[in-house]
Amino acid sequence: MTYTTQKNRVLIGKAGLDGHDRGAKVIARALRDHGFEVIYTGIRRTPEEIAAAAIQEDVAAIGLSSLSGAHLRLFPAVVEALRRAGAGDIRVLGGGVIPAEDIPLLQEAGIIEIFTPGTPLERIIAAFTEACASHRSGRSL
Amino acid sequence: MIIDPIETLVQQVQAKNPRAIARAITLVEDHDSRAGQLLSALDPQSIEEMTVIGITGPPGAGKSTLTGRLIARFRSEGRRVGIIAIDPSSPISGGAILGDRVRMMEHALDGDVIVRSMATRGRLGGLCAAAGAAMRIMAAGGCSVILIETVGVGQSEMDIISLADITLLVLAPGLGDEIQAMKAGLLEVADLLVVNKSDSPGAETLTLEMETAAHDRSQVWQTDALTGKGVAELTSRLIALDREHRSDGTRSKRRGQAHEREVIDWAIELLRPQLSSAAKAMDCRQSADPRQLAQELLSALELKANPDI
Repeated sequence: MTYTTQKNRVLIGKAGLDGHDRGAKVIARALRDHGFEVIYTGIRRTPEEIAAAAIQEDVAAIGLSSLSGAHLRLFPAVVEALRRAGAGDIRVLGGGVIPAEDIPLLQEAGIIEIFTPGTPLERIIAAFTEACASHRSGRSL
Repeated sequence: MIIDPIETLVQQVQAKNPRAIARAITLVEDHDSRAGQLLSALDPQSIEEMTVIGITGPPGAGKSTLTGRLIARFRSEGRRVGIIAIDPSSPISGGAILGDRVRMMEHALDGDVIVRSMATRGRLGGLCAAAGAAMRIMAAGGCSVILIETVGVGQSEMDIISLADITLLVLAPGLGDEIQAMKAGLLEVADLLVVNKSDSPGAETLTLEMETAAHDRSQVWQTDALTGKGVAELTSRLIALDREHRSDGTRSKRRGQAHEREVIDWAIELLRPQLSSAAKAMDCRQSADPRQLAQELLSALELKANPDI
């Protein structure tokens, strides 16, 4: 008989020198309140540290927050670090103060969703839910 | 040729591949139907040889920071270290925020430090089964020291700690009266009592209190995890204690008890889906006595409850 108890596991982190983690914590709590297991890695992480933690924790998706303007460098760097570690399947989503013209650049770099200030929490939760579901269905084991 | 995915995964775990180790733990945690095959294929030798250290204590005592320091000491001895950090799930949403890694991030890029955060997921005893499986997978993945960190307040945390070969109870001054309440049970199971934040006011008083409560004053150690003070001495004591327990039979006795607990835990865990679907199918009349209904449920599943209890 099948009896699985799969949980949505995601990692919320902040790369770079930006120390403003309020937004990241709000998202982490909202996801927890929707049944997610959220690995929180705190502020000032390198993209490589975030990728290594995501792999060890076997998360389906990573949510990155940036309020410092360094998103164009840091978000793609996380995608790249995952790919180098053979974990390019882990979905990367990002949010923060991100100008509209940067969004297509980030999407092109492999960040599947971008949330800007004012994005309703429901939309963010739905995006993480979808990211976890599509990650799971793409996995052979 | 058909390649068995579980066989491949086990090979990758044993080749110390971090993704495979992580994936294997998830399969067991999620009750994947292949979990049994996976666990029984793990190398028993590495499981037999690993040292499992339980670290418990109230919130705010500095367990994660101390764990981070212990990792560094064991790494300097050339040991590969696995860490299982357990935090409670929300009973309402079933979700959890797992933040113990924040204090261990200095080891994030060390390939010989494997950290896994685990939520309690509302399992009654089942957490023991999941954590026990995670430590076995880590051992098979080359970790010779496993640190299990948990907030030591509830029964399920006490159960987890019983999986450890050696247990540290970490306390700090100024945490209030709740420590008094939890001390009783934990003092009996802890091998070493660590007074952390040893430079803070009240540390000496707490140390004296602990020395009075301990069976043996040599059980009490002072550390300041933030600066690392006392951690080298504590680690040496841990290593020496592990050696003593290996030679005087304490370790094998504890392992036997822990193994039995894991077996019972798994049995309950594996029965749970049947129990809950049978309970749903049964007419659980609210007027009937729950114990009586439980016995009816067991006989419906052709399980015999002990007639004498």
